[in-house]
Amino acid sequence: MRVLAAMSGGVDSAVAAALAVEAGHDVVGVHMALSRNRDQFRTGSRGCCSIEDAGDARRAADTLGIPYYVWDLSERFEDTVVADFLSEYEAGRTPNPCVRCNEHIKFEALLDKATALGFDAVATGHYARLETREVALPDGGLHTVRELHRSPNDAKDQSYVLAVAGPERLARAMFPLGGFASKDEVRAEAAKRGLSVSAKPDSYDICFVADGDTRGFLQSRLGSRPGEVVDVSGDVVGEHDGAYAFTVGQRRGLALGRPAADGKARYVVDVQPATNTVVVGPAELLSVDRIAGEKALWFDGVLPVEPVEAPADVVPDPDGWFDAEVQVRAHGAPVPARVRSVARLGGAYGDGVPEGARPASDVDGTDPSAPAMEIELTGAPLRGVAPGQSVVVYRGTRVLGQATVSRAWRAPAER
Amino acid sequence: MTVTTPPPDPARPPLTVSGAHGEPPREPDGAYLDHAATTPMSAAALAAFVAEAQRTGNASSLHSAGRTARRAVEEARETLARSLGARPSEVIFTSGGTEADNLAIKGIFWGRRAQDTGRTRVLVSAVEHHAVLDPAFWLAGHAGADIVLLPVDGDGRIDLDALRAELAAHAAETALISVMWANNEVGTIQPIRDVVRAARPYGIPVHTDAVQAVGQTEVDFTESGVDAMTVTGHKFGGPVGVGALLAKRDLALDAVLHGGGQERGVRSGTLDVASIAAFGVAARHAVDCLPQRTARLSALRDDLIARVRAAAPEAVLRGADPASGDRLAGNAHFTFPGAEGDSLLYLLDSAGVQASTGSACQAGVPQPSHVLLAMGVPETEARGALRFTLGATSTESDVDRLVAALPQVVARAQAAGLVSGRAMGGMA
Repeated sequence: MRVLAAMSGGVDSAVAAALAVEAGHDVVGVHMALSRNRDQFRTGSRGCCSIEDAGDARRAADTLGIPYYVWDLSERFEDTVVADFLSEYEAGRTPNPCVRCNEHIKFEALLDKATALGFDAVATGHYARLETREVALPDGGLHTVRELHRSPNDAKDQSYVLAVAGPERLARAMFPLGGFASKDEVRAEAAKRGLSVSAKPDSYDICFVADGDTRGFLQSRLGSRPGEVVDVSGDVVGEHDGAYAFTVGQRRGLALGRPAADGKARYVVDVQPATNTVVVGPAELLSVDRIAGEKALWFDGVLPVEPVEAPADVVPDPDGWFDAEVQVRAHGAPVPARVRSVARLGGAYGDGVPEGARPASDVDGTDPSAPAMEIELTGAPLRGVAPGQSVVVYRGTRVLGQATVSRAWRAPAER
Repeated sequence: MTVTTPPPDPARPPLTVSGAHGEPPREPDGAYLDHAATTPMSAAALAAFVAEAQRTGNASSLHSAGRTARRAVEEARETLARSLGARPSEVIFTSGGTEADNLAIKGIFWGRRAQDTGRTRVLVSAVEHHAVLDPAFWLAGHAGADIVLLPVDGDGRIDLDALRAELAAHAAETALISVMWANNEVGTIQPIRDVVRAARPYGIPVHTDAVQAVGQTEVDFTESGVDAMTVTGHKFGGPVGVGALLAKRDLALDAVLHGGGQERGVRSGTLDVASIAAFGVAARHAVDCLPQRTARLSALRDDLIARVRAAAPEAVLRGADPASGDRLAGNAHFTFPGAEGDSLLYLLDSAGVQASTGSACQAGVPQPSHVLLAMGVPETEARGALRFTLGATSTESDVDRLVAALPQVVARAQAAGLVSGRAMGGMA
C-alpha cells in the first residue's frame, strides 16, 4: 500500500512510520505545519509544532530512508481548531482542541489530501487499535465491521480523542503502535532503529497555546470583558476579566473577595455567556448523572440500522436504551451508563441549551446527519462534566460511539 | 546513553574516494530539473578541488606552504576576474552568494552612512532573493535604514520609471541600489545597465546579485558599470560554499566579518584554498563555453516549454518571453491553476522528476512566492508554481520524463487542491 506517515517530530509517529516501512508499505513522511509563523507556537523539545519538531521529523524520515514533505495546513487549522476553541470558550463551553484536530485536520484535511494524491492510508503514532471482522448478512453475504479499540497501554490510550473521526475515515487510518503496551517499548524500538527522537520528552498541553497559559491566550484573542462572579443565590461575590476563560469544575483562579458563608471551597458551576456571568457554588453542584450529547456518531455494527446490513451487537430495550460505559475526559475513567441514540434530544435532555449553542439535532429534530445521544449514569455521579467536552461510549475496549456534551445535570432525587 | 548504529541505507551507499581524477560528479538519478538550486561540479573543478585539498597551507602564512596556498588563491582570483570582466583586486572571496549579498548590503550601507549620516534609503527590487531582502530589512530594524521596494512589471522586470522618480525625489538620502542581474525564480534578466545609467548622475552605488546569471548569460563586471556584484561557485560547476563579491576599489565598503584582515580587511577568515581554486576553474569553463551552452540550453528550454504546454494546456508560463532574450537560457517557470506547488513537487518526485516550487521555504513550509506576488500574480495562482531549470548535464530525456508524468501529476494535484483549499475548509 501507499502509506502517508504523519510525522510530528515525536518518537511515537517516528516509530509508527518505521513500522509501516518494515511492513512493506511504500511510505512517505509528511509533517503538518499548523502555523505560518512557527515562533507563535511552543518552542523547545516538547511539542509537535515548532521548527525543532519539523527538523526532528525530517531527521527521522532521513534515517528511515523515506521521502519527507511539509504540508501547510495552517489556514485549515486556524479556521477549524483554533476558531472552534475560541468560539466554544466564548459560548461558555469547554472544547478539546485535540479532538477537533483529529476531526478536522488529521482525519479530514490530511486524509482527504492524501487520498486525492493517491495514498491508500494515513499512518499516525496514536495509541489505539483498529480491528476488522467479517459478519454474515441475512442474505448470506459478508459485511466487514471496522472497530476502534483502546490501546493495551492504558496510560497512553487515545481512543477517546480518535472516536470523533468515525468508522469511514478510520477505515483509511493505520495505527502501527496499537499493540504496544508501554511507551518504554516504543522508545526501545526507536533506539533500536537509530532514531534520534528515542529519548525526546512527551508533549502535553495545547500546541497553539505557547506557554500553557490558556487564559492568557483567550484574553489575547478575545480581549478583556469584565463581568461578575455570582453565587447560586445570585449574590455578587467577585469579578472577572471574561467569562470565556472559566470552565465548569474550575476552582483555581477565581479570586473571590470573601469566603463562602459555610466556609466550603467554591467551584465554577455554570458559565453564562449571554450575561458574561460566572456562577460559583459548592462541589455537590458539580455532580451529574444525566448527559445530553449532540453530533453523535456510531461505529459499524453497533446499532440496528435500516435497511439492516448486519446484525447489531447492541440490543436496546423497547425505549432504545442499552448498557455501556462512557468516558468524558481524555484521561478519565469509564463509568457505567444507560445510553440511547435519538434523532432529537427530548425532555430534560433538550432543556436549557442556550440559543447560540443549540445543537443542530435539536433545531427541528429531523436532521438524520446530526443525531443525538442521551446518557443516564447508572453508577456513581461524575463531577465536572462541561458542555463542549467529548463523550465516548465504550463496551469493554471497543468504542461504540461518540458525541459532544450539550448539557449535563443531576436528576432530581425522586427519579 | 546507549549508542546504536542505524542500519545501512541502500539509497545512500558509503562514499568511496577513487583518487584525484576519479569519476566526475554526476547529477542525481532521475530527471534532475533543478540546476538553479545547484548543479553538478565539473570534472575539472573537482580535480582542482581534490588537488588543493590534499595540500596543507594557510594562504596567510609566510613560509613555503603558505606561499603555495597563496599562489593557488591568487591564480584563482585572476582567473575569476578575467572570466567576469573584473580586476583581480576587485575580487573578495566569501563563503557564497548569501555572504556576498550581506556584505554588499550592510557593508555599503555602513560605508556610505559613515560618509553622510543622511543616507538612509536602500532601494531594492521587489523580486530580490532573500539574501538581499533580509539584510536590507534587518538594517531597517536595527540601523535606521528606510527600505524602498522597487516595483516590477508582469514579467518581473524592474520599473525603471519608478526608479528614476525615486532618485529624482530622494537621491541625497539614498545609500545604495541593489537590483539582481537575473531572477532566480522566473529567470527574467534585468536591464542592469539602465539601472546604472539612472544612478550614475547621482553617484549612488549599484549592487547586483548575479548568482543565477553567470554561466547562463554574458556577465561583464566593468562593462556593466555596477559597483558591486555577487557571484557564487555552485551554480556553474564549482563547489558549494565559495563565492565572491566583486567590488570597485573606490567603493565605501565596511567589513561584516572582522578578524585576521584577509581580503583587503573586508572579509576576514582563513581562505578556503581548495574551494577557491575549483571556483576559478569552474568560472573559466562556464564563460569559455558560454555561447555553445546557452544555445543548447535555450533550445532545450524552448522545447520543454512547448511540450509542457501541450501536456498541460492550462499551465501559465511566468517571466519574460523567451523570444525577447530577457530570460535565462535554462529557466522555465509555470503556474498550474488549481494545484498546489507542494503537491506537484511530491507527485513529480515520486515519478522521478526533480523540480522546485522556486520560492523560499520557512522550516520547509512553502510560502507563496514574493516574486510572483510582486509580478501581480494572485496568491491562489502563485501557490501552484513550479520551476524547471536546466544545466550542463540536462538532456532531452529529462524533458521526456517530465512530459510523460505531467498530465497525471497535474490532474492529481488539482484534485488534491480541491479538497485541501481554504474555500472547502471552513467550519460547517
